[in-house]
Amino acid sequence: MKYTYYPGCSLRGTGRAYEESLLAVFRALNIEVQELEDWNCCGATTYLSVDELTSYALAARNLALAEREHRDMIAPCSACYLVLNKTQRYMRDYPDIKLVVTRALAAIGLTCDDHVRVRHPLDILLNEVGLKAIAEKVKTPLKGLKVAPYYGCQIVRPYATFDDQHNPTSMDRLLEACGAKIVYYPLKTRCCGGSQKGTLPEIGLDLIRYLLSEAQKNGAEVIATVCPLCQFNLECFQKEAVNHPPISMPVLYFTQLMALALGASANTIGLQRSLVPIAPVLARKEIAYA
Amino acid sequence: MELKRTVKFEADRDPEFARWISHTVGGERIRECLQCGLCSGTCPLSLYMDYTPRRLMHLSREGFKEEVLSSSSIWLCTACYACMVECPKKINVTHLMYALKQRAIEEGFYPKRFPIPVMAQQFSRMVRRSGRITESWLILQVFLRTAILRLLGMSKLGLRLFLAGRMTFKRERIERRPEIAALLDSVAATRKELAL
Amino acid sequence: MPEIRSPADGANREPPRIGVYVCHCGTNIAGTVDVKAVSEYAAKLPGVVVSRDYKYMCSDPGQGLIQQDISEHNLNRVVVASCSPLLHEPTFRRVLSRAGINPFFLQMVNIREHVSWAHLDKPQATDKANDLVRAAARRVSLHKPLQKRRVPINPNVLVVGGGIAGIHAALTLADAGKQVYLVEREPTIGGHMAKFDKTFPTLDCAACILTPKMTSVGSHPHITLWTYSEIVKIEGYVGNYKVQVKHKPRYVKEDLCIGCQECVTACVYKEGKTPDQFNLGLSKRKPIYLPFPQAVPQKVVIDPETCIQFKSGKCKKTCVEACGERQAIDFAQTEKFEEVEVGTIILATGFKTFDASRNPYYGYGRYPNVYTSLEVERLINAAGPTSGEVVLRDGTRPKSVGIIHCVGSRDANTNRWCSKVCCMYSLKLAHLIKERTGAEVYNFYIDMRTPGKGYEEFYDRLLDEGVHFVRGRVAEVSDWAVHPSEEGKLVIRAEDTLAAFVRRIPVDMVVLSVGMEPQADAQEVRRLFNISCSTEGWFLERHPKLAPVSTFTEGVYIAGACQGPKDIPDSVAQAGAAAAEALALIDAQFVELEPYTAFVSEEECSGCKSCIPLCPYQAISFVEDKRKAAINEVLCKGCGTCVAACPSGSIEQNFFEDEEIFAEIEGVLAYA
Repeated sequence: MKYTYYPGCSLRGTGRAYEESLLAVFRALNIEVQELEDWNCCGATTYLSVDELTSYALAARNLALAEREHRDMIAPCSACYLVLNKTQRYMRDYPDIKLVVTRALAAIGLTCDDHVRVRHPLDILLNEVGLKAIAEKVKTPLKGLKVAPYYGCQIVRPYATFDDQHNPTSMDRLLEACGAKIVYYPLKTRCCGGSQKGTLPEIGLDLIRYLLSEAQKNGAEVIATVCPLCQFNLECFQKEAVNHPPISMPVLYFTQLMALALGASANTIGLQRSLVPIAPVLARKEIAYA
Repeated sequence: MELKRTVKFEADRDPEFARWISHTVGGERIRECLQCGLCSGTCPLSLYMDYTPRRLMHLSREGFKEEVLSSSSIWLCTACYACMVECPKKINVTHLMYALKQRAIEEGFYPKRFPIPVMAQQFSRMVRRSGRITESWLILQVFLRTAILRLLGMSKLGLRLFLAGRMTFKRERIERRPEIAALLDSVAATRKELAL
Repeated sequence: MPEIRSPADGANREPPRIGVYVCHCGTNIAGTVDVKAVSEYAAKLPGVVVSRDYKYMCSDPGQGLIQQDISEHNLNRVVVASCSPLLHEPTFRRVLSRAGINPFFLQMVNIREHVSWAHLDKPQATDKANDLVRAAARRVSLHKPLQKRRVPINPNVLVVGGGIAGIHAALTLADAGKQVYLVEREPTIGGHMAKFDKTFPTLDCAACILTPKMTSVGSHPHITLWTYSEIVKIEGYVGNYKVQVKHKPRYVKEDLCIGCQECVTACVYKEGKTPDQFNLGLSKRKPIYLPFPQAVPQKVVIDPETCIQFKSGKCKKTCVEACGERQAIDFAQTEKFEEVEVGTIILATGFKTFDASRNPYYGYGRYPNVYTSLEVERLINAAGPTSGEVVLRDGTRPKSVGIIHCVGSRDANTNRWCSKVCCMYSLKLAHLIKERTGAEVYNFYIDMRTPGKGYEEFYDRLLDEGVHFVRGRVAEVSDWAVHPSEEGKLVIRAEDTLAAFVRRIPVDMVVLSVGMEPQADAQEVRRLFNISCSTEGWFLERHPKLAPVSTFTEGVYIAGACQGPKDIPDSVAQAGAAAAEALALIDAQFVELEPYTAFVSEEECSGCKSCIPLCPYQAISFVEDKRKAAINEVLCKGCGTCVAACPSGSIEQNFFEDEEIFAEIEGVLAYA
């Protein structure tokens, strides 16, 4: 199994632990990835707000570069995953967009023929590797660690390609295969506020508070995320969002939990980068890890 | 108490705006909107909006440009796509929110120092220059332009992230940076040529 | 304990052995009445041998229970306390028959509509149920064995009204080989549908689908078509009605006129002077005219109000000259009366549209360019006054049109009901107006009601076509300009409740989507046919769900919009249903009549004859040699008028004999 890998900007910044743990999981499961050569920013939600045509062209440069490799491309960040998929769809649906993008790519000597599948790690792990293969490779079972699975938006919305839009379960099943216990979490696809915490802080904090409180209420010991922005919001603003009484809820990437179970050592999967440490929880659960 | 005229004359309507919204990408079905309000109900941000998404859809298709573009709602949208998935008429509400943001920026319909358009502008500037985003620099630039004081409050968090290796001031760059400029210039040229 | 009366005629002297059955009707009754307590109370009443309660008495096990008790306990009388006898009296009578006793030994107590649905307090409701059961137990002891009467059914059918419903019913019956008399009061059949241009939601042309049916009616060997005619009198009863029809004078012999219209061309009036009713007054017609090109029958008619010959007697009579040897024109024609016998009757008398001038704030009649929807139907129709051009009174095309929904509907000041068709026809008009004129079209609605096959999809289409939808009831149409853009326009003022502000929208043309109302003479028609009307004036069906085309008068059925607002598909479906009901009755060949007839006790009759003119069915005659009144059992409908009127108390009525009624009253009043 070999894939093109599109990390996106966040995985080189605040979301470094996501990349570290993702690659660790892939290594453990013999998935080979090759980083997309000279990839650029996908444009994210922000660019769409100012100039959508340009944002499609930006995303399309990555698609065009990926086409040369003739492999499926993995995009772990929710925003990248959506923008790349959306660009493909809009180029199919809107001739004007296709024209603009094709010309722009031509200007830098590229073409885009719409034959790269942009896929999410959840999709790859569940549908290509499979739960059975993963369970067989688990070295440090998570011993019923209570996890609130938080998918956020943009993974299954608006395009449901590999999971149910209203009640996605791919992450639930992957973590269960690693021995975790999934707690009831009705807000699993509710918005974390995205960049609102930065731009309209009061409102952003409200949304973050709902998500944290609900996870705690349902007995979660850790929240598992699939998106750098969700992870950042939920972890870094805990103190501001919930203070009476204060909350201490570790927020990890689902790949960090999986990598842990597959026997990776803490420092190779970015556990040390957490602001809310998971160590006390793991100690309580007597989950011994390297 | 300030009393003002609230009645709307037909002359207050901008039919061109109504035409634009129903011809813009994602607006194909806006006229089919049943005004059921499901979008407003499902929107996690509608609690804070001056006009709910439902009302924005109606005001837009009727051409009440001023009301729509000066609404806070278009800035509150986080693009979570909940409205679009649930819409019984498959109206691309999320995308229309993007379209309205762009139009509001083009026509200058937002308060000064309003962080969202500033963030969008800084973002695009950084992409043009480097091809990638360095989050630390982006955040710094946005706060410098909108809320310098809040930057001080954030410094503690910034320091912790820096120590955890999640914030760096090393700029992320791509190799073939001129390609990005060429790409963007081509888009601008085609847009102009085709009047898109 | 009061004694139980025993039957006066001694026909049934065995002591009563009564079974009482109290139904829960799920929670309908049991939720408000303590059914156990009622059953226990009934068990102690004199004559009651067995008393039970059961969840659903009308179910198979419930019926079986009664049947089993009758044979095991040798019951000879049954009281069922449940719902209205209208619903289940026939059910329980059949149970008695099956058990081998006379079905009229049953008395039903309505503890649902009269008790549980009318009261909230459980102890009080239970008391009332006890009282009614006690009264029934006393009365049922006095019931006599009765037999239903069988009368044959005349297979001919009368259909009243020649709109789409009447046409469809008549054709269905005639195709089945029955002789149909179709009576229409206008000079042509076709009704409202003939005035429409297109029909929603398919937009097929109304004339294209209607006129073939109209011609079929005109030429069908089993249909006698009487236009310009009215029913004046009805006698008889189910299966055997005698109908008197009045033929209004057309002043043109129908059998001679061939519809060539040369008389119309030749009329001394060069141009029409009289508002043309068919075009809602939007054009003028001559005194001699054909209502519209596809009229059936193709026979002209003369309007004596405007014809010079009738007004002065000094016309050159160019029409007669043009008709020539045919000699179809006959100024001497008078009303003619004709009598026919039929077994069943279908009423399809239709509706009228709301008079828009009753809502003066919409300016109808004041501003020339405010139209009703029906007028716009004529404007749009290619055969209409403008040959299908949607134009204003001055002949110019409107650039903007406002369509106001719910005019005369959903309004406590006029009509409270929803007229059901207006949303859809407004959408249709919006589409056609936009298509023909390219105007901006605004729909002002309260709710958009589009249930029906393909209807919602049509609404989608209109939304997509860019018609404006403003949710709000219009407050006013005026020519008062506030803004320069409003000068010379009709300004519609309404709250756009979705945008949450008031809007002023200037338009060139206003279309008032008028609702449907019962015909002005609906009350007279219902009296003529002895059926009921709802408070609004719509003909009342026997049961809103289970007998939607039957009436409370056996053999009289209703179809189409005379029963309530209805669109074409619904009217046609109902007409088919009414025809099927009539056919079912005809095919049974006879009908069973309730034995509730009155009878004269000869010893007591003084021969005063006061009952004879009171009988609405001419069932009472005077036997000269005995000098006593006699009642024809076949004609008597059991209305009870003579029973109440007889000064000597010599007339009694089966099932409602004095002693039975007194026993029931005493029972109610005898608090235990």
